Amino acid sequence: MPKTKAKTKASLSPFELAKSRGFQALKVYHNMVKARVLEERLIKMSKSEDGYFWIGGPGEEAFNTNLGYLIHKGHGLDYDYMHFHYRQSATLLALGMPMIDAIRQMNTKVTDPFSKGRNFVNHFVKNEWNVMPVTSPIETQYSIAPGTAWAQKKHGGKGITIVTGGDAGTAEGDFATCLNFSSRPDMELPILIIVTNNKFGISTPFEQVHGDRVIAKRADAFGIQWDCVDGNDTVASYNALFEAMEYVRFSRRPFCLEAHVSRLHGHSSSSGAARIQSETDCLEKFESFLESELLVEKNELQAIKAKYEEEALLALKQVREEPYPDPSTIFDYTYAGEM
Amino acid sequence: MATIAQAIRMALHTGEEKLGVKDIFGEDVGPPLGGVFTCTQGLKTTWNAPLDERGIVGMAIGLAMAGNRPVAEIQFVDYIFNTIDLLKIAGNTHWCTAGDIEVPLVIMTPVGSGIHGSIYHSHSFDAIATHMPGWKVVLPSTPKDVYGMLISSIKDPNPVMFMYPKALIRIQGEEKIPGEPEDPKELSRMIDAPVGDRSQWKPLWPTISDFEIPIGKAKITNDGTQLTVITYGRHVPICTKIAKELSLEGFSIEVIDLRTLLPWDKEAVFESVQKTGRVLVVNEDTEVTNFGEHIIRSIIDQCFYHLTCAPKLLAGVNTPGIGLAQVLEMEQVPQEKHIKLAILELLQTDA
Ligand SMILES: Cc1ncc(C[n+]2csc(CCOP(=O)(O)OP(=O)(O)O)c2C)c(N)n1
Ligand SMILES: [Mg+2]
Repeated sequence: MPKTKAKTKASLSPFELAKSRGFQALKVYHNMVKARVLEERLIKMSKSEDGYFWIGGPGEEAFNTNLGYLIHKGHGLDYDYMHFHYRQSATLLALGMPMIDAIRQMNTKVTDPFSKGRNFVNHFVKNEWNVMPVTSPIETQYSIAPGTAWAQKKHGGKGITIVTGGDAGTAEGDFATCLNFSSRPDMELPILIIVTNNKFGISTPFEQVHGDRVIAKRADAFGIQWDCVDGNDTVASYNALFEAMEYVRFSRRPFCLEAHVSRLHGHSSSSGAARIQSETDCLEKFESFLESELLVEKNELQAIKAKYEEEALLALKQVREEPYPDPSTIFDYTYAGEM
Repeated sequence: MATIAQAIRMALHTGEEKLGVKDIFGEDVGPPLGGVFTCTQGLKTTWNAPLDERGIVGMAIGLAMAGNRPVAEIQFVDYIFNTIDLLKIAGNTHWCTAGDIEVPLVIMTPVGSGIHGSIYHSHSFDAIATHMPGWKVVLPSTPKDVYGMLISSIKDPNPVMFMYPKALIRIQGEEKIPGEPEDPKELSRMIDAPVGDRSQWKPLWPTISDFEIPIGKAKITNDGTQLTVITYGRHVPICTKIAKELSLEGFSIEVIDLRTLLPWDKEAVFESVQKTGRVLVVNEDTEVTNFGEHIIRSIIDQCFYHLTCAPKLLAGVNTPGIGLAQVLEMEQVPQEKHIKLAILELLQTDA
């Protein structure tokens, strides 16, 4: 069923409501800029000798930053488990990942903390924070996520599982698997099922190959509450995520949230990764909002961007000097429990 | 003596009591049925999963990533094929994350022919399972080994594909599991669910002494000096019987039950081959890109100058399925007569 509207004081604007729920506009803005700058740097690297394939999240910074700030970060069942898509850099930055770590992964250095130079960029994992591995096969995370959610359900407490993925991938059976496993009578799972809908899978428009129009509405058939939000609206995204996460956390039941997001540099480096002007930019939108609401000057915002650009450039310079993995280590970690 | 079905149940019970197993699940695994082969009757933590193999494997991976020790069943290995990308993830996660995430799960699944299973209840999975680095792959053939290796599989920090031969599930073992009652009828009264209403029934578990059989160790089921037969699963009792019979005719045949396919016991195999110089590998998977070909290649690499004649693989014929008619299955899967013939031919091949 569509989400039951939260009872809120009618007088509050969405911004005031968000603020009353912990939304910190400038902090969110900082992270969005940082994520944008990081992704732009990664794209440049992919076009140079500094890296290979790029795929990532420019266009999703608003939604993904808010998600990061709302997560209960920690290790184990009392904290939130994440099963992420490959466009989640803003979330990882909000959780506290240093920019340089993503640059290390792009540069295939042994210092890459996620895979020691083995995996694509934006394929994050961090057990210490319950960030489960991002993997390339589309949609498998929706079959795996119910496992951590079930462990949390049995454990009790307030930890939830969050799974994200694109619109095209919801055609895979794993999406239905997730809805079904999450909604079995007496075994409902504390899981937030997110779809970041950018209207494309690589080059194929969603509408060309799907009969349905609102992905989250599929949750209806399973008795799962759902909602849709404009992911380019930073404040609306915060409120939608806040409500969805509170619902899952306290009811210990699933929720399905569809966010409409932009794909500002196309699918990946394989489609050129050039900036697409026709797509709405959540960062520009939020800048205008901040200028009007908080009376922040444009040049102040530009200074923030310059600061992160310098950080990214310095990071790249450092990473270039770091070592590649030693080829004699190829068999390391094939099995757990032996080396 | 216990059967494989009973051995699995007892091992899972130990898993629940002592090894932290909190979820045993799969299609029809929970009450009232306790599995189509009764392998999960009477256990505490079983539940019925939706008919969704991808969901089952995904659930197991997620539970394992969260630090649980799940045991999931795929009802017949014939239905595991749509989960292969998830199985690959289970196998590659520790490597891809440079050791950050472990995936300690067990998938148990009955394999192979021998129950008139026709096209979709006779598959083998040896070649494909061993093509997924990061997995441990076991296929024990006796109830005692099943018990001991299921315990090791649950304890292992890696994903373990625990296969067991469908054809042998109800055959009583020759060796006792330490602690099982002397009388098999007594064991049956204790742990086999009654026919009919089971809602009030509870099993009475025998106390099995602490024991396990390590993954990666083969077992010699017949000592010999003239030829090494390397096999596993349902062909172990057949090959062992032939070896014992031929010993009465003066032939000395060593039979190795490999028990583990990944990582397999090269030491035991090479030692035997260096002694005998003649090799027959027997299994029931289709013969093209068969796991036995890998064993033979390894033997050629390591024991070439010890070989008296060309090693031979006797495997299932390379057809898309096993036919239902008995006469078809008998020609598609190596039977006693084929194995005996192959052994005699190898013994008579000149150096
Ligand atoms: C199972 C699978 N099939 C195909 C691919 C190749 N592929 C990579 S991304 C992609 C499109 C995914 O689209 P969507 O799910 O909408 O996510 P988006 O990239 O738009 O965020 C495809 C087909 C893949 N990685 N995995
Ligand atoms: Mg898409």
